[in-house]
Amino acid sequence: MPTTPNAQNPAEDAQDPGAGAPEGSGGTSLLTRKADRIDRLAELMGPRDDGSGGAGIWLTAFRRLRRSPMAISGAVVVALFVLVALFAPLIAPYSATAQTWGGEVFPNQNIFVGPRAENWLGLDNLGRDQFSRMVIGARQTLLVGVVATLVGFGAGALLGGTAGAAATLGGRWGALIDNVIMRVIDMMLALPTLLLAVTVAALVGPSLTTVMLAVGIAQVPIFARLLRGAMISQGNRDYVVAARALGVRRHKIALTHILPNSLGPVIVQSTLTLATAIIDAAALSYLGLGNPDPSFPEWGTMLADAQRFLSSAPQLAVYPALAIIVTALGFTLLGEAMREALDPKLRK
Amino acid sequence: MLRFIVRRTLQLIPTLGGLSILLFIWLQRLPGGPEYALLPDDATEEQRAQLRRSLGLEEPLTVQYVRFLRNILQGDLGTSLQTGRPVVEEFFTRFPATFELALTAILIAVTVGIPLGYLAARRRGGVLDFAAVGGSLIGICTPVFFLAFLLKVVFAERLGVFPSAFRLSPGLNRTDLSGFVVLDGLRTGELDVVWDALMHLALPGLALASIPLAVIVRMTRASVLEVLDEDYVRTANAKGLQRRTVRGRHVLRNAMLPVVTAIGLLTGSLFAGAVLTESVFAFPGVGSFVYAATQTRDYPVLTGFILLIATMYVLINLLVDISYSLLDPRVRAQ
Repeated sequence: MPTTPNAQNPAEDAQDPGAGAPEGSGGTSLLTRKADRIDRLAELMGPRDDGSGGAGIWLTAFRRLRRSPMAISGAVVVALFVLVALFAPLIAPYSATAQTWGGEVFPNQNIFVGPRAENWLGLDNLGRDQFSRMVIGARQTLLVGVVATLVGFGAGALLGGTAGAAATLGGRWGALIDNVIMRVIDMMLALPTLLLAVTVAALVGPSLTTVMLAVGIAQVPIFARLLRGAMISQGNRDYVVAARALGVRRHKIALTHILPNSLGPVIVQSTLTLATAIIDAAALSYLGLGNPDPSFPEWGTMLADAQRFLSSAPQLAVYPALAIIVTALGFTLLGEAMREALDPKLRK
Repeated sequence: MLRFIVRRTLQLIPTLGGLSILLFIWLQRLPGGPEYALLPDDATEEQRAQLRRSLGLEEPLTVQYVRFLRNILQGDLGTSLQTGRPVVEEFFTRFPATFELALTAILIAVTVGIPLGYLAARRRGGVLDFAAVGGSLIGICTPVFFLAFLLKVVFAERLGVFPSAFRLSPGLNRTDLSGFVVLDGLRTGELDVVWDALMHLALPGLALASIPLAVIVRMTRASVLEVLDEDYVRTANAKGLQRRTVRGRHVLRNAMLPVVTAIGLLTGSLFAGAVLTESVFAFPGVGSFVYAATQTRDYPVLTGFILLIATMYVLINLLVDISYSLLDPRVRAQ
């Protein structure tokens, strides 16, 4: 897991404008050349106006993101998904749970209804409008993804942040605290994430809350390691040394100086985790550990249910599968593009 | 070197010890307590009380934990509620199947992923690079169980190229030596068994390989790109070394280090993926048994298998770390 510091020198890709030009113009007098050189020096010392000059790490990263096709396509997918999820009840033409056309679908006789004018994506195996179910399902999927990520982020950041702060500023006791926390994290890391989620879900019993908790808990060690790594790499920087020399209190250094500068990789990871959470939640639903209420549409549950009809009505599985893949892809693209924008090593 | 190995091995003790505490707490926290979880629903109060006594649940927690730990160390992880056989036995009779499956998946992922990632890095920005990166992103985002179902419907049910379930065709005559079907077949010379087993491994192996493949392609690509930029590669080129020497000895060898680590870390996700893939293909391995255990709430199997899988995962990564330190002396120094 690369714990790359994000606050690399933001001006390092700033080209010095017009370097070499004065030297090239041959016949100029010594005086003008000297004046040129002084101007050039002043230019280097003064504030720069070459686009990236003076901008912070976040602004330059954002500027880079705006030009990256990966980030744009990811952001479009994510925005669409979030909009659909937020306004789902307004978009969905029919009820997602009413078996309005129940008399037209007979799964045991292989009679399914495909796309038609009134039902854009056809009917599901119980005669419900597939399009409405997909739209309402986006809501559940977003909820699962966001809550699971928040759980992982919250608990992971708390553990990793404590460990990182203790390791950088806590002295000998801090190192001990860091060591204890990291052993716990290593232990959690030794459990394969999905297996951990399966166990949690199997022990607590199937429900939507279980899925969110299980998927979230499985992400805790990743967030914790990332934040700790980033904080430790920030801990030796000059501004921390300066703050300590000025006598700023240690908890204040950790919270207002180190933490904000270490959040970059963690935020990137949350975007990527949203994708993982959606996929893992689908896997848990498939294992029968998801929402036991079959009337509530959720893409993972829909996909898992549709597997039974995969050979006779593949469209029932393909819609939720495509929705999951595209949404996860959107979050992944956005996350990867953010990582690239924040990490000078990955950039060319 | 020896010191590194010893130190690295000693680090396992707190990890596994902590894991045992975690599982112990889990067992304590079972809904309604173990006496409800471990007995069928129609058990009488007396049976429950007797189980509580026999499990020693009336004693202090520390005493209980010590006994729990002693049982684990003696290889006693309880008995499966589904079959009534010891959990350890259940695990090791099923392990060879999962091992063969995981090995197939890793072999597919490595033999396809490393060359693909390498070529993608060499032709950065080209069509192949775009396809490899895009394909691996899609691979990571596709739910494994859906891919498994898709492969099964298309290649087994529609086209009939591969068998759709189990490890071997029913009624096949074979000598069982170790549980490793392919290995046994090779040793006894029963090549029809080997072929049959490989055909059965193909689809689940492919489905299981999807995520490791995607990860390996991306890792290899990133790693090769980084190494291609190194000064020593430029120096080697400037010295006029043959292209092949530079690529083989300087680029690939150094680029492979992080990939080897990634493969070690992937074994964990392979076990998790095996739960999904094996249940789709009714493959009689560890994964499908875990799946069955989640359906029947077979707690001893769930916790016992988790402990065994985690131990195995930790040991594999220990081996990876040691092999890594053999390859790269810098790791030892830290």
